[in-house]
Amino acid sequence: MNYTLRINGETHQVESEPEVPLLWILRDVLGLTGTKFGCGVAACGACTVHVDGRAMRTCTLPVSAVADKHIATIEGPPDVRLQALQAAWIRHQVPQCGYCQSGMLMAAAALLAERAQPSDADIDRAITNICRCGTYQRVRRAIHDAAGKLA
Amino acid sequence: MTFSPGRRRFLLTAGVVGGGLLIGYGLFRERDLLGDPAILPTEGDQVALNAWLKIDGAGHVTVAVPRAEMGQGVYTALPMLVAEELGAAWADVRADQAPVDKVYGNIAVLTDAAPLDPHDHGFVATTLRWSLSRVARVLGVQVTGGSTSVRDAWLPMRTAGAAARDMLTRAAAARLAVPPGELEVSDGKVSHAASGRALSFGALAGEAAALAPPTRIVFREPGERRLLGRPLPRTDVPAKVDGSAQFGADVRNAGTVYAAIRIAPVFGGQLGSFDRAALEARPGVIGVVPLEDALAVVGRTWWHAEQALSAVDVAFSPGPGADVSTADLFARYADAIDADDGFAYEDRGDARAALRGADVLRAEYRAPLLAHACMEPMNCTVRLGDGTADIWCGNQAPDLLRLIAADMLDLPPERIRLHTPLLGGGFGRRAEPDFMRYAIAIAQAVPDQTVQLVYSREQDLQHDTYRPPVLSRFAARLDGEGRIAAWHNHIAGPSVSQATIARAFPGLPLGGPDKTSAEGAAHLPYAVPARRVEHSKVDIPAPVGFWRSVGHSYNAFFTECFVDELAAAAAADPLAFRLAHLHDRPRERRVLTLLEAVSDWGSAPPAGRARGLALHESFHSIVGQVAEVSLDGGQVHVHRVVCVIDCGQVVNPDIVIAQMESGIVFGLTAALYGDTRLEGGRVQQWNFPDYRMLTMKEMPQIETHVIESGAEPGGVGEPGTPPIAPAVANAVSRLLGRRIRSLPLRSALGAG
Repeated sequence: MNYTLRINGETHQVESEPEVPLLWILRDVLGLTGTKFGCGVAACGACTVHVDGRAMRTCTLPVSAVADKHIATIEGPPDVRLQALQAAWIRHQVPQCGYCQSGMLMAAAALLAERAQPSDADIDRAITNICRCGTYQRVRRAIHDAAGKLA
Repeated sequence: MTFSPGRRRFLLTAGVVGGGLLIGYGLFRERDLLGDPAILPTEGDQVALNAWLKIDGAGHVTVAVPRAEMGQGVYTALPMLVAEELGAAWADVRADQAPVDKVYGNIAVLTDAAPLDPHDHGFVATTLRWSLSRVARVLGVQVTGGSTSVRDAWLPMRTAGAAARDMLTRAAAARLAVPPGELEVSDGKVSHAASGRALSFGALAGEAAALAPPTRIVFREPGERRLLGRPLPRTDVPAKVDGSAQFGADVRNAGTVYAAIRIAPVFGGQLGSFDRAALEARPGVIGVVPLEDALAVVGRTWWHAEQALSAVDVAFSPGPGADVSTADLFARYADAIDADDGFAYEDRGDARAALRGADVLRAEYRAPLLAHACMEPMNCTVRLGDGTADIWCGNQAPDLLRLIAADMLDLPPERIRLHTPLLGGGFGRRAEPDFMRYAIAIAQAVPDQTVQLVYSREQDLQHDTYRPPVLSRFAARLDGEGRIAAWHNHIAGPSVSQATIARAFPGLPLGGPDKTSAEGAAHLPYAVPARRVEHSKVDIPAPVGFWRSVGHSYNAFFTECFVDELAAAAAADPLAFRLAHLHDRPRERRVLTLLEAVSDWGSAPPAGRARGLALHESFHSIVGQVAEVSLDGGQVHVHRVVCVIDCGQVVNPDIVIAQMESGIVFGLTAALYGDTRLEGGRVQQWNFPDYRMLTMKEMPQIETHVIESGAEPGGVGEPGTPPIAPAVANAVSRLLGRRIRSLPLRSALGAG
């Protein structure tokens, strides 16, 4: 099948079986490696991107489900929320190994789109991504900081 | 402060150069430390002043980092050592992965491997460490591990910076026609205050590189330091927030093909029958590669390869351990302890005689098998050329991997370019060669292609080199004043070091003591007149390896929980009880005293909560932690962790704090949930749903306090991990009114 994918404002024509997860189209077909593979079962969140503004885990998301939708990855031109989060991530020196951070940031940006000033409980609910380096405390601090800067 | 690397010197005392860790360097000459600048590949107008740094015309300083960046901050802390002595502006400093060369060998990791008390500076211990340092220099083992990066780099990388500063100064002196002594170097330039003139590093680099390196190295006085000790921003963070950071799995060459693998599920099993035609008929499949103990499929994308393997039945013969379960292993350990003495890593006074008769406290502790579960699954990318090979592989032991690759490919090691991209977690797992071996074997079967092998999460969890399960028995007696009079600890488990070396070099005769077995159990800081710590080595069918803090990760749980048991028997406060056994250990006392104050130890915890304490030295750093915990049915909630670390001289305090947070979460995840179970010789856990990880909602508030003791730099990547399990378990024991003696807590509390 031929799919038209709109990723980071650009249009890509992709020849693929309908069930191929978006993650592998991004990484192995288009070379957009900022989105990571962590588990393959939508449990860790390393593969999170935005589909029409919502955070989606792409390792189980078939390409057929996202044709003609707006896909935003970590490499794309960041919207104001992602930009604020990236700046806060640097201020709070959040990443360690960094492998989960693309997914963390995309999940956090979707949270801020939904709730401009999230509570700790909102963050607990929305950020279920796994980080083996244990950056959670700094992630939480950076989300609050970015939300404050955007207010 | 000066020393003369030009003359051979026998340096065994710490403190000669700014309190630096010189033990381990032994005899050296300047060329040994500075290396050949020709080792460094240069781009554009870069010039290398030695094997550690390059400067370009715009004044950017690129530091060759000889260790892998796996989150622990070496791309920042190690360039800081160079930049401080050089006088660079931090904004101009970049980190680059050093190539493979003996000059970058890790001396500290090998000298630390001696089964010695780290506080023993007697003749025998000192001589053994020195001998090992000589061996290390010859071998040039480029290992990232053992929390050694800063300790090992402290001398050579500061030397490299100071030598380059001297060369830039002499170049400026010639240009300005003034004596070098009138020049100041700071902020990326060499200035002449009297005439108000200044030259940038960029303008001087070419001329400086033509000069001979100095024969006398002058380090900056600690009071003159501008960078060390400051929380400078990490060099690797910007690329880690915009998706541009390159990990091993992100390597993309034109025409790359992707491989997935199924390794025999029972350790030691072999590949049996499979339907090759069915595999080849699957969409996107490019090749099928049978290996001795595994089957690989190469696909257009990794998903196509993985799907093909999932869709087709593949048979494996069971290995020799096909009937082994975790429970059997603990039974074997108990038998070994009952049967015979172990190797005594410490034996002072006659502990066994002192523990005959009544009034002896006894306890048996267990720790489970654990996978590493790095966020980036194991992977390796290989491109074979005509008599050459390129290998991209997040790894912790590049020269070891290159040696193994050379052997597999029948090439001289210099013909192999081993690239080390960023590591999506290491924790000891990436010191192993398995994923590279498979990737090379697959690439040999698929000529003229770049092949990238990625383990699925399931393969990653089921084919790890695990933290071994361990059994630890204690007997102790208190004296009339409630002090520990005798302590006997008998541990049983496999030898991690020997298992690791045997995998890398099959057939090598191995034996003797393995420091990792008893580290954190022997040579505890507590004053106990009679103590014996022994270990019985019991091999197990599962591959075991280095897991963040290694022996400390379980021995701290065993010993610090048992110390709490003894404190309870003495009806003493756990913190006061520890202090009473630490009269000659000022650094430990200071850690505990500060911890007492900042953790509110003396005040009652909030209702329903209890506090638990642990103190542990590992990798030359001392860490104390207090965990504040509540119970909700079988669930343990850790609300707050207060952490105090004395890691000697601090290079970057924010990285120290981040590593404490990281080590605590890693250890807490294991303490609460970590349990990799063996049944029928194979690992039962599959993926994150059944190998549970701590997430945001379980994250405690962590407060870290760093003591600047001025001692030699200690490690920070691992020392945060060992104390958290006993701190939490001690709090849980207090809440329950019975002792917790096994992990994970979820199982110990009957929550499955």
